[in-house]
Amino acid sequence: MKFSNMLSTAGEWLRGEGPHHQVVISSRIRLARNLRNRAFPGWAKKAERTSVLEQIRSRVEELPEMQDAFSEGLQDLAALDKQVLVERHLISREHAAKGAGSAIVVNRRQTLSVMVNEEDHLRMQSIRSGLQLKQAFKLVDKIDTALESKLDFAFDPRLGYLTACPTNVGTGMRASAMLHLPGLVLSELINQVIQAVSKIGLAVRGLYGEGTEAMGNLFQISNQTTLGEKEEDIINRLTKVIETIIDKEHDARQTLLQRKPSTLCDQIGRAYGVLTYAHAMPSKEALNLLSVIKLGIDLGAFPEHQRLQIDELFIQTQPAHLQKSSEQKLNAEERDYLRAQIIRDRLKIFAKPDISKMVRESGPSFTNGPSTNE
Amino acid sequence: MLCDVCKCNDATVFLTQILEGKMHKVNLCEACSKEKGVQDPTSFALADLLLGIGAAEEIEKGAPAKKCSVCGFSQADFKKTGRLGCSECYVTFAEGLGSLLKAMHKGTEHVGKLPERAQRTMALNQRMRALTENLQKAVADENYESAASLRDQIKQLETDLSNSA
Ligand SMILES: [Zn+2]
Ligand SMILES: [Zn+2]
Repeated sequence: MKFSNMLSTAGEWLRGEGPHHQVVISSRIRLARNLRNRAFPGWAKKAERTSVLEQIRSRVEELPEMQDAFSEGLQDLAALDKQVLVERHLISREHAAKGAGSAIVVNRRQTLSVMVNEEDHLRMQSIRSGLQLKQAFKLVDKIDTALESKLDFAFDPRLGYLTACPTNVGTGMRASAMLHLPGLVLSELINQVIQAVSKIGLAVRGLYGEGTEAMGNLFQISNQTTLGEKEEDIINRLTKVIETIIDKEHDARQTLLQRKPSTLCDQIGRAYGVLTYAHAMPSKEALNLLSVIKLGIDLGAFPEHQRLQIDELFIQTQPAHLQKSSEQKLNAEERDYLRAQIIRDRLKIFAKPDISKMVRESGPSFTNGPSTNE
Repeated sequence: MLCDVCKCNDATVFLTQILEGKMHKVNLCEACSKEKGVQDPTSFALADLLLGIGAAEEIEKGAPAKKCSVCGFSQADFKKTGRLGCSECYVTFAEGLGSLLKAMHKGTEHVGKLPERAQRTMALNQRMRALTENLQKAVADENYESAASLRDQIKQLETDLSNSA
C-alpha cells in the first residue's frame, strides 16, 4: 500500500464506532519484544541493527494480517510523512526520529502497526475505536504468537519478555485508552480523578499538553507496571477503572446540565461561533473548541450523524496533516489560516446548535427556568 | 548541572525524597519535571521516576565493573541511558536488577503469556527432573533393567532439549 492511499482513508479507530465512543476515543495495546542475544536497538552498532531489521521485517510483512500493508524504512520517509504517522498514533515520536535501520509496517485498516527497532526490536501495536482493550489485545496477541514461531524472542521463565528498559519487562505490554473528558474538566473534578487513578498504579496524562492543561480535554490512561500481573488481569483492571471514569464523566455532564446549563450552552455556542467565523485558528484553540463541539453532539445540540465530521477534524487540523493536504510546507501563521479555513468549510453544513434539544434531554430541572445561578 | 532524565537540558528542579528509608536526589529540567508529573509530589509518577534513577546505583552495587559477555554493556552505560544492552544483560546484572524490578513492578515473577517455545522447554525440563528422580530410585533399588531404559530416555530428552533451545 502506498503512503498516499493510507493518507486518504481514516483509520478504523477514527470512525468512532466502538463501545462507549462518546468518552473513549480509542484503545491501544502495545507489546515489546526482542530477539535473544542481539543488542537492543539503542545499543546495537549499525550493522547489527540492519541485520536484525532485515530478519524481522520480512517476517512481519509475510503475516496474513499484513497483506497489502504499508511498509517503509524510516530513512525513506519524509519528515512530514513521519509526523503524519505520529498524529495518527501509528508510530511513536521516538520512532519518527529514527532513520536507517528502523522500519514501520501498518496494516490496511490501520488497526495494527509494527515498529521495528524502536527502543525494542519489535513494538507491535493494535489500536481500536472506543473501549475495546480486549479486542485490541486479541489482535496483537495473534501476530505475536505467529511471529514467535519464526523469531527467537528473548524470554526468561522468571522475568518474562526481556526489554531494553526494565520498566517494560514481564508482559512487555502497555495498555492504554484515549479519553475525552470535558465534563470532568469543566466541573473541575479532573484532578481528583487523576490522583485517584495514579494511586492504583495506573497513569493518566494529557494527550497533547501536560498534566491537567490537556488540550482538547483528551487524556491517556495506561498501566504503569508490566511484571507480576497477567495480561488479562491488567486489561480487566484498566477496563474497570475506565468504566468508572466513563460513569463519572456522564455524571459530571448531567450535573453541569442541571446546575450550570447557561454556562454549558454558552460554551457550545461560543465554540460554534468562533469555529464558524474565525480566520486564524491555532492548534491548541482548535482542539479545545472542537472538544466542546464534540460534547455538544453527545448532548444532542448537534445531530449525531455529524459526529464523524468533527472527529476527523481533530486529526486533519494537526500540523502535519494540514501541510500534507496543502502539499507544501507552511509556517505557523499559514497553518492557522488554513486550519481555520478547513474548519469553516466543514462547519458550513452544520446547523446552529439546537439548545432546546439539549434542554429536553437534560430533564425537567432545566426547563423549570433559565437560571444563571449555580 | 544536567537533567537526570533527558541528560540534555540544564536542571532547574532539585528534588530529595526518602523512599523505603533511602534518600534519593533527582535533578530535573523544566520539561522533564512536568513530563514526570513532579508538580504533585505524592503522585505515583514521582516514585517511579526516583526508583528509575536509583536503578543505576542498584546495578552498580550488584556488579562492580562487570560487562555483559554478549554485548559489552557496562553499568556505566546503564547510568547514562537507563536502558540495558541486550537480553543477556538481565543475567549479567541480575543481582542489582532484582531489587530495582521489585521496586518498579507489582511482582517479581512473570505470570503472563508464555511463548510456545518456552512452554515446550519448561515441559521438557519438568520431564527431565522426573526421569532423573526415577533413575536414582531405580539405581538405589538395584533395578538395572529399568535404570537402563531410563538412561536411554534421558539421553533422548537431552537431544530434544538442545534442539529446542
Ligand atoms: Zn530533562
Ligand atoms: Zn548485554
